[in-house]
Amino acid sequence: MAGAGGGGNDVQWCFSQVKGAIDDDVAEADIISTVEFNHSGELLATGDKGGRVVIFQQELESKNQPQCRGEYNVYSTFQSHEPEFDYLKSLEIEEKINKIRWLPQKNAAQFLLSTNDKTIKLWKISERDKRPEGYNLKEEDGRYRDPTTVTTLRVPVFQPMDLMVEASPRRVFANAHTYHINSISVNSDCETYLSADDLRINLWNLEITDRSFNIVDIKPANMEELTEVITAAEFHPNQCNTFVYSSSKGTIRLCDMRASALCDQHSKLFEEPEDPSNRSFFSEIISSISDVKFSHSGRYMMTRDYLSVKIWDLNMESRPVETYQVHEYLRSKLCSLYENDCIFDKFECCWNGNDSVVMTGSYNNFFRMFDRGYRQDVTLEASRESSKPRSVLKPRKVCTGGKRKKDEISVDSLDFNKKILHTAWHPQDNIIAVATTNNLYIFQDKL
Amino acid sequence: MSEEMEGTRPATDEATHKEQQIDDNVISPEKAEEVKLKARYPHLGAKPGGSDLLRKRLQKGQKFFDSGDYNMAKAKVKNKQQLPAVTPAEKAEITGDHIPTPQDIPQRKPSIVASKLAG
Repeated sequence: MAGAGGGGNDVQWCFSQVKGAIDDDVAEADIISTVEFNHSGELLATGDKGGRVVIFQQELESKNQPQCRGEYNVYSTFQSHEPEFDYLKSLEIEEKINKIRWLPQKNAAQFLLSTNDKTIKLWKISERDKRPEGYNLKEEDGRYRDPTTVTTLRVPVFQPMDLMVEASPRRVFANAHTYHINSISVNSDCETYLSADDLRINLWNLEITDRSFNIVDIKPANMEELTEVITAAEFHPNQCNTFVYSSSKGTIRLCDMRASALCDQHSKLFEEPEDPSNRSFFSEIISSISDVKFSHSGRYMMTRDYLSVKIWDLNMESRPVETYQVHEYLRSKLCSLYENDCIFDKFECCWNGNDSVVMTGSYNNFFRMFDRGYRQDVTLEASRESSKPRSVLKPRKVCTGGKRKKDEISVDSLDFNKKILHTAWHPQDNIIAVATTNNLYIFQDKL
Repeated sequence: MSEEMEGTRPATDEATHKEQQIDDNVISPEKAEEVKLKARYPHLGAKPGGSDLLRKRLQKGQKFFDSGDYNMAKAKVKNKQQLPAVTPAEKAEITGDHIPTPQDIPQRKPSIVASKLAG
């Protein structure tokens, strides 16, 4: 099945680049917490546990190597969030970047939203490649000249300089969330965005930081009655009035902001009926949805729960139209996965540019791709061993019992500390970014 | 408790009990895992998943400060002229020693080091 999966049954994935330190001793600050391509795919942003953002830019294809797509190199890096301590509530506020979302580009500058547990920030990333020279009252190094020494006047002119990329915080959206922010999503109107925490969703205007509208509130009057929390939320890609949010009970609610100011009443409720005889202690935990993503077309949405990826047709609430098993062999390991907390890992998922393939991560630095059209899937690994330039990735296979074949790995040998939670797919091309604990891998299809 | 009873059951009952477990395995690996979990933690909540887990999740990041413990720790420091050492062997819950004092509370620690991804 070499080359199966990933945009047609003849796509072969090759290693392109890897970013980050090689050593095994990972500092907590270096743990990657989010990965996101911008709308053109030219920029790739990562956020980490230390509150830092690194942006990579794709180099233009060189005429010398037309067969290679451009490499991603560091474009800008900045400290987005700092650790804070809320003395009133005795709460430590982590600087970890939970999500980054790019705004569509409107002018020369790029804008992105980055958020930690409590505060969202709008960052402007702009280029400076010229600087004014020839001031009358200032020397080139900035010192002021003695006005009495000025005998002639000149007009300052812009001269080219080495490219400088500057990141500056343009807006800080704070103090609107009591609980921990898990999602942000920019509206297709490019004027508003939503932020979701465990119990509430707020609507913001990108220009206004001192006010936000609460549009969903599922906090019960009595906290003892709490049964579910919000796990993810996203705006529809082209209907600016529509958004969805997923819950820890495995349901997805679609809301229409035209229906009422407070969208506590959903317009649609997506839930797969459960076989009550199969219910166990783990059922609810593994049904918790860790990510929800609309397809680019806006016709479908994808959800990720602990063991599977489900594709839903927005026109059908009763059950998903497609279900893909990510690592079904873990079902007989749930007891140990509960004990080591891995059962609470939040995996993300993503669509390719034309919605034909979906991708998600797993353990042992494995990641999976499901081709919806060809009904094929493949398991690949992000590792230093298979990181020779342009080397084709070999499909991996997990052996669930009985005889282990030569290249297979047994379930008990999987490294559950090597988890791929964050992956991203270029909006047009077959280029993917896969984050292991502290490294970012970039793979491309073989041209 | 079924676990306590197992040893005293007559042989035939034990055989059927084991058969039942094998059946469960065949029917549902999830249920077999649940049996394993309940065997290790018999007092695990009746509510599956449930409010305990959710409430723990909502309280992430909460640090508790007790002024009584803090003052005791301060007094101890004055007497001993040294901070009480925390060794891994001392797992006993002596809160006065382990509750953080203002010196221990993490300062605003700006990440001065640049990300290794940019290196």
